[in-house]
Amino acid sequence: MATPMFRFDPVELPPEAIKIRGEVRAFIEEHKDVMGFTRGEHNPEFSQAMGKKGWIGMTWPKQYGGHERTSFERYVVIEEMLVAGAPLSAHYTGDRQSGPNILRFGTEEQKNFFCPKIAAGELTFCIGMSEPNAGSDVAGTRTRAVKVDGGYRINGTKLWTSNAHNADYAILFCKMSSDDVDANDRHAGATQFLLDLKTPGVEIRPVINLLGEHHFNEIFLTDVFVPDHLLLGKEGNGWNQLTSELAFERSAPDRFLVLFQMLQQMIRMAGPTPDRSTAAALGKLISQLATLRSMSVSIAGMLMEGLQPNNESAVVKDLGTRYEQDIPVVARQLFATEPELEAIDLYASMLARSTMNAPRLSIQGGTREILRGIIARGLGLR
Amino acid sequence: MAIRDETRMLLESMGRLFEDLCTKQVVDAAETGVFAADLWRAVSETGVPLAALPESAGGADAEWSDLYAALRVAGRFSAPIPLAETMLAGWVASSAGLEIGDGPMTVGPVRAADKLALTRDGNGWRLNGTASRLPYASHAEKIVLIADGPDGEMAVVLEGSGAPSPAKGKNIANESRDTLTFDNFHVSSDSVAPLGEGVSRAALYRRGALARATMMSGALERAMDLAVTYAQERQQFGRPISKFQAVQQNLAVLSEQTAVAVAAANLGIQSLGCGDDEREEFQIAIAKTRVGEAATLACELAHQVHGAIGFTKEYSLQLATRRLWSWREEFGSDPEWAVKVGNYFCGKGADRLWPILAGE
Repeated sequence: MATPMFRFDPVELPPEAIKIRGEVRAFIEEHKDVMGFTRGEHNPEFSQAMGKKGWIGMTWPKQYGGHERTSFERYVVIEEMLVAGAPLSAHYTGDRQSGPNILRFGTEEQKNFFCPKIAAGELTFCIGMSEPNAGSDVAGTRTRAVKVDGGYRINGTKLWTSNAHNADYAILFCKMSSDDVDANDRHAGATQFLLDLKTPGVEIRPVINLLGEHHFNEIFLTDVFVPDHLLLGKEGNGWNQLTSELAFERSAPDRFLVLFQMLQQMIRMAGPTPDRSTAAALGKLISQLATLRSMSVSIAGMLMEGLQPNNESAVVKDLGTRYEQDIPVVARQLFATEPELEAIDLYASMLARSTMNAPRLSIQGGTREILRGIIARGLGLR
Repeated sequence: MAIRDETRMLLESMGRLFEDLCTKQVVDAAETGVFAADLWRAVSETGVPLAALPESAGGADAEWSDLYAALRVAGRFSAPIPLAETMLAGWVASSAGLEIGDGPMTVGPVRAADKLALTRDGNGWRLNGTASRLPYASHAEKIVLIADGPDGEMAVVLEGSGAPSPAKGKNIANESRDTLTFDNFHVSSDSVAPLGEGVSRAALYRRGALARATMMSGALERAMDLAVTYAQERQQFGRPISKFQAVQQNLAVLSEQTAVAVAAANLGIQSLGCGDDEREEFQIAIAKTRVGEAATLACELAHQVHGAIGFTKEYSLQLATRRLWSWREEFGSDPEWAVKVGNYFCGKGADRLWPILAGE
């Protein structure tokens, strides 16, 4: 057929991945007091304990603090943690995208300094991409770096930066402000820096989300000096590097497992002999979940082969967010409860959280429309 | 983990065969009720229909996963032949040690509510009951049925020419779906035998459901291919409609649903040969549920992208979509299988959901 078909070869997890599952479950059992319905809690002690187990930077070279395990083992660790509701925030971004991007584009010095610390769960990264006027259109960044003696002077504003208030570093995306940047090339001059958030001139202000929680932030950069050795990759290569970083971000299995415990709660409430319509609704959700998981394992297989499954990752992210947004929609059709965030009734609080959190899912990490644009490009339409 | 070389070769050769011999003219002719004998003969000569059988029974001990992959190709080309039915009929009959030929066969019951009963009559048997909507029964050389005997389920092999004359019916893709009614119908003793290990009416039903799910994943590939190609050719407002974002977004969703359908069918196929009936049952239930859901959405989108031309008999999109609308109901609809998935996991309890999905 003429049309490109996205590839999701069926994959059986290899024995080493099956073996590690038991170890992860035992670890989760030991730490069950910090497990809960919502992923994303910042818990450095937990991250360091995971680091000691060798479960951060699992696929990275040992030389840089990694463990040279397979993508399948890493996949199993992550899916077990997500299902358990483990607090992964302190290391998740570094493990998923910052570390891999440093390994790919960083200097020896950067790899030696950052990667072992990320893998130990001792260094928290956040993502410095979005801005007030550069959301989906990241290339429209207005943050500017000027070359100065010994480094760069940076001015601008970043917005929607998750966990910046707990993070040590950001991978900052901006553009060079210099005369030789081609004004007609929207990607020209794009550059990434490893920004120490304690640098003078960096101010982090909370942006409270609609759940009333402090999750994301606004970062103001006023004449921030970044030394030469913290330039990531090359000046002007930032767009390539960002594309790579986003591919790492989107290939993770965290787009359909966040509400797993709510699905479990719905099964509990349905009881062992549900009526027909309840069984059908739950069966449909479970079928969606099982299929998403098999596609995600398939992506892990492609990563193992050194492929870049960017289109496939966009497919799974779009479908995964749709599934997670459908869960509260289905839930309220099956079980009538008034949602309340702090309710004693577990289900009422899950319904509240999943309902209020739903809009964010198809925005973060690339909006639904952007993802479908990527897929359309993969089909050869753009 | 990649697809095996043997599988790839089989799929390529099946693809070429259907490309040459399963044209729209052939499918159109078959839809008028004339059996596609030339196509059947060519497919039969590849050995694929009976390849799963042991070599002693004329087969090739082939992997079921390869044969299901071949069904996906057949689905892609709307092949108007009982390929899945012949594969499954051969599996049922040979498990019971009963003779089959190499002609087209059908198998049943294909409807959950149908009941067939065998009772002893001297040296032979009497068959009672109805096997409704048997695919291609009026064109089959052998009709292989599973019926309840005095000591459990039995295989029955009937000559097509010797069976009661069927009440002809068809699905909305004009594939024949014929109903056979047995009223004290005499069957000779050498045409009846106990089923072999692993074969049962439940196993036939789910493997039939998986066959339809797999064929649907192929039909979805065809619908998507047509929609993407058409959108790049059709000009409106001075440019190809594929340049409009609204159309691109629809095609992106169509391709997502197609990818999901292939992945879901593969999930079912992966369970074959795991030796665990329970796992096979729920993974196939998941496959038929998810593929059916994908088909409903994808048909709508494929037609939307095509506009009026897709609604004509002349254009071939309808060959795929009418089959998708038929097959999603056969061997249990996706809502029916979804109930099974829900009942299974609710019965197991919430704490078992993850271990079962993750393979413990």
